Amino acid sequence: MKKFEGLPREIIALRVSKEIEDNSYVNLGIGIPTLVSNWLEGRDVILQSEIGMLKTGSLAEGADIDQDLINASCQPVLEVEGTVYFDICESFSMIRGGHVDVTVMGAFQVNESGDFASWLNPSRGLSGVGNIGGSMDLATGARKLYIAMEHTTNDGAPKIVRELTYPSTARNKVNMIFTDLAVIEITPKGMVLKEIFPGLSVEEIQSVTEPRLLVAPDLKEIEL
Amino acid sequence: MRISCHFFIGLVCMDKTVKSVEEALAGIEDGACVAIGGFFAAGVPRILLKALIAKGVRNLTLACGSGPLLGAKDELNHLVTGGQIRKVIDSYGLFRSASKGGQHPFEQKIRSGEIELEVFPMGTLCEKYRMAGAGIPAFFVPVGAGSLVEEAAITNVEANRKKKETRVIDGKTCILEYALKPDFAIIHAHMGDPEGNLRYRKTARNFNHVMAMAARVTIAEVENLAAPGGLDPESVHTPGIFVQRVLQVPRVKFDITNL
Repeated sequence: MKKFEGLPREIIALRVSKEIEDNSYVNLGIGIPTLVSNWLEGRDVILQSEIGMLKTGSLAEGADIDQDLINASCQPVLEVEGTVYFDICESFSMIRGGHVDVTVMGAFQVNESGDFASWLNPSRGLSGVGNIGGSMDLATGARKLYIAMEHTTNDGAPKIVRELTYPSTARNKVNMIFTDLAVIEITPKGMVLKEIFPGLSVEEIQSVTEPRLLVAPDLKEIEL
Repeated sequence: MRISCHFFIGLVCMDKTVKSVEEALAGIEDGACVAIGGFFAAGVPRILLKALIAKGVRNLTLACGSGPLLGAKDELNHLVTGGQIRKVIDSYGLFRSASKGGQHPFEQKIRSGEIELEVFPMGTLCEKYRMAGAGIPAFFVPVGAGSLVEEAAITNVEANRKKKETRVIDGKTCILEYALKPDFAIIHAHMGDPEGNLRYRKTARNFNHVMAMAARVTIAEVENLAAPGGLDPESVHTPGIFVQRVLQVPRVKFDITNL
């Protein structure tokens, strides 16, 4: 399969950050979503970390590293003015209880119903077990769920698919997909192609996307 | 003004402090279910975990929350190669990197079925501990509906994939999940007092509090041991009624390892 060159991961994260409104509580998953935090500094956005922290600061380095202060990806982070700590059940009450405005996660696959798969990679050969972590709780409680991922696998196979071939994390939950090639909104009518990597045609995006894409009337280049 | 109970003749403070790791882990036998506090590298009871290795008890079920054994790799290596683990319960128990994980004896023993790994969504798992502590035997939760979690227990041991019950509540499919009551919990706190009142530091709190609530016997290692009444009563995180033993330990420096 043909693989197109698109946005680097950091810039996918930048595009996601522009979708997040001020005064939001946001949870960022592992991978590209983590990079979104780099673009939220100075914004009125509060990061919730499922380990038990509101107002998570940026990554800590060198002498600022505190072994009692990590985010949910096990990276050392900084405390900022207004940081709050709490225990794990309170954290998941925030998550499952629908108090987090926006959740950004990575995925292996997304389909046009807004189902997605992220927790179990069958090729790892581990007899049906994987790392669920907080992914299912986050997806269940999310008011808005954004997926940030590469458009295709390393081999160029579509990750936006008709039917999930990986076990699902949650059903009918994904609102938008941000990839290196496109921004796609999931609507009751189907997947709407809203933004496209400069230089690529709709047909080229369609060639690496399994479900039939509806083209937004105001389709534009990915806005940064 | 806070009045120390020391000033009153006849009013005795409970003293739950133990003087050695051996005393701390007394009663943990082969086949026990032991909860281990911590979330990756933060808040893991490293001293008590080392003591559990030295004690040599086997056939253990280690009830975790989110990968404390990945955050304490040396201890995991010893437990696995020493054949002490029968089962691990966790939400995120496998190495993130497939290549790193594939080489590790822990994953190899999961693949061979020698060690069972059962996984739950993290919020469901923490609630299983809280419910055990709160005297609620089971609860309905929507998390996992539409996934394999709804169908049966997620475990590498096929014989143990017990079917789950569901019920539609307010139009949503919910899964019946059961409280999880470990025999023992080993947890880590920043401060404690002889009556078992605890305070944690920053994100090292995580699962330590709910595990203290859940277990029949909770053993807390504390970096600082305050005198009775030495903790601000307004800011105790875990009231001592949930804690049976307190061991003062030095603050151990560790690396926040990459998963």
